[in-house]
Amino acid sequence: MEKTSWLDLAVIVIVVVFLNWAQNSWDSYSLTILRMVGINIILGLSMNLINGFTGQFSLGHAGFMAVGAYTVALLTMPVAVKQMNFFMVPQAPFLANIVWPFFPSMLMAGLMAAIFGLLIGIPVLRLRGDYLAIATLGFAEVIRVVIVNIKPITNGALGLKAIPTFSSLWWIWGTVIITILLMKRLVNSSYGTALKAITEDEVAAEAMGVNLFYHKLMSFTLSAFMAGIGGALLAGHLGTVDPSQFTFMLTFNILLIAVLGGLGSITGTVIAAAIVTVGSEWLRIVESPITLGALQIPGISGMRMVIFSFLLIIVIIYYQQGLMGRREISWKWIFSLFRRRSSEVKS
Amino acid sequence: MSLVEFFQHLANGISLGSLYALIAIGYTMVYGILRLINFAHGDIFMVAAYIAFYGILVFTLPWWLAFAVAIVLTALCGALIERSAYKPLRNSPRISLLISAIGVSFFLENLGLVVFGGRPKSFPRPELFTQAVDINGVTIQSLTFFIPAVTLVFLFVLVILIYRTKVGMAMRALAKDFETAKLMAINVDTIITLTFVVGSTLAAVGGIMWGLKFPQINPLMGIFPGLKCFIAAVLGGIGNITGAVIGGFILGILEIMLVAFFPALSGYRDAFAFIILILILLLRPTGIMGETVAEKV
Repeated sequence: MEKTSWLDLAVIVIVVVFLNWAQNSWDSYSLTILRMVGINIILGLSMNLINGFTGQFSLGHAGFMAVGAYTVALLTMPVAVKQMNFFMVPQAPFLANIVWPFFPSMLMAGLMAAIFGLLIGIPVLRLRGDYLAIATLGFAEVIRVVIVNIKPITNGALGLKAIPTFSSLWWIWGTVIITILLMKRLVNSSYGTALKAITEDEVAAEAMGVNLFYHKLMSFTLSAFMAGIGGALLAGHLGTVDPSQFTFMLTFNILLIAVLGGLGSITGTVIAAAIVTVGSEWLRIVESPITLGALQIPGISGMRMVIFSFLLIIVIIYYQQGLMGRREISWKWIFSLFRRRSSEVKS
Repeated sequence: MSLVEFFQHLANGISLGSLYALIAIGYTMVYGILRLINFAHGDIFMVAAYIAFYGILVFTLPWWLAFAVAIVLTALCGALIERSAYKPLRNSPRISLLISAIGVSFFLENLGLVVFGGRPKSFPRPELFTQAVDINGVTIQSLTFFIPAVTLVFLFVLVILIYRTKVGMAMRALAKDFETAKLMAINVDTIITLTFVVGSTLAAVGGIMWGLKFPQINPLMGIFPGLKCFIAAVLGGIGNITGAVIGGFILGILEIMLVAFFPALSGYRDAFAFIILILILLLRPTGIMGETVAEKV
């Protein structure tokens, strides 16, 4: 093993120790936030893979997440809970009696989302830039409308309740660690180089022998897979799914994470996911009434999203690179930092 | 379906189509010059409806004055958005501009939720627009005639503005070739802002008439009409004003007819427009009236 792999392992051990400590000594509210940070990291990375590393502006994440969330919900719910949920329209018989454990259901959720990604990607990836954005947004919306309308499978607008809440801290953060490692491998592989070439200049990349369509489709499908996993974990975390969760609003939040962290940076996304998740909880202060001496400021609900959208505009106008741009906090970078220090000391 | 019913649906489709057409023009003009999908356009339309609402009910203005004030303020709002959120990004990658537009759209929606409240408000309808008109047994609300009529008037003014004035010529020049237009001493900033003013004015007219036609307004009302009007603009051939009008009418009439002929599919009404969009983008990305533009490498 290389030296840096050992260091990676050390970081993972530290994270595990930290999670164990958090699990034992944090209150349940803080743990909920920690779980949401994990889910948002996965979703942010999924967004960053297609939008940042491949340069294809896709806004379909809410749709893929919906596919993942519904798949996991329908596969893991016990039969009695299913009967309770489907009191308006009876459930399709092929789904009514299946009960799967969480892990295979989660993989299936990712797989289903990936299949949707593949089927949507084949036609729309011929488009570029803002056309691609609006077409993927359109498909996400179509998925949502279809979910509302196929009542025997999805229970329509009522959604599904009492989904087993499997998404423990360990499931979520385990997935986060695996996702980050896989992303890192992918980005540094020859595929990653090809994807970066596509981001830089599609025509030049094609001239250098990069198969544009194949690479875009691979990135898009993988991104859909990750979004499906994220959606599954979200369903297992919240315990309910309904179509109104998966509007463009959700995609917007993920986009904010990816842009804030820097399109094309893994570590940036991780940091931004933490900032946005914790920040959105912290901003609840703005929405609750504040008493300053004699002055009473009534809480304004919805103020958080105003601040977030304002933040996105400010970031994109003044700090287009986001927090990290395309840089990474890598071992190489940290070593070079030390080396520079020590050489300065010598001279 | 009887013939009478058919004509009722057709009239309905035409008036919905006119609204789509008015809003689609704003998309197409901005896209023609900046190559930007102005996501905030649908929300500008919402702002107009709310200003008119408050003008009538809170400031007790007569309806025509309230509508005029709403149109002027909305046009200013459009210019303000362009200057603050789009102008600083003019030399940035187009995707940055698009993200900024998405940000503005969300900002307006959420600000609307905070300022106007999330509960739908009922838009006041002057009596002039609610009278029922009876033509050979087809009962139609007078509004259904006003909407296409007003649309035609504004389209006429727009055509004169675009094809008979210097400003219009400058807009067309910018849409054709940004760099050359600059060299011809066209003040790019002013013209772009004016484009937003024109687009927002039409969106405001559309928004007010939308409020009259569907008298329930809420801060998120702009999202779906906004997306659909963009689709109408793509359908007609983006960048082309005639195309936007044609696209708007086609989409409006098709949507009403779909629900009228296949009531079972009415749940899919909002998905329908997107399916059209996807088909258009795949089969004829330049739309009905659009020209193929060779890509510069």
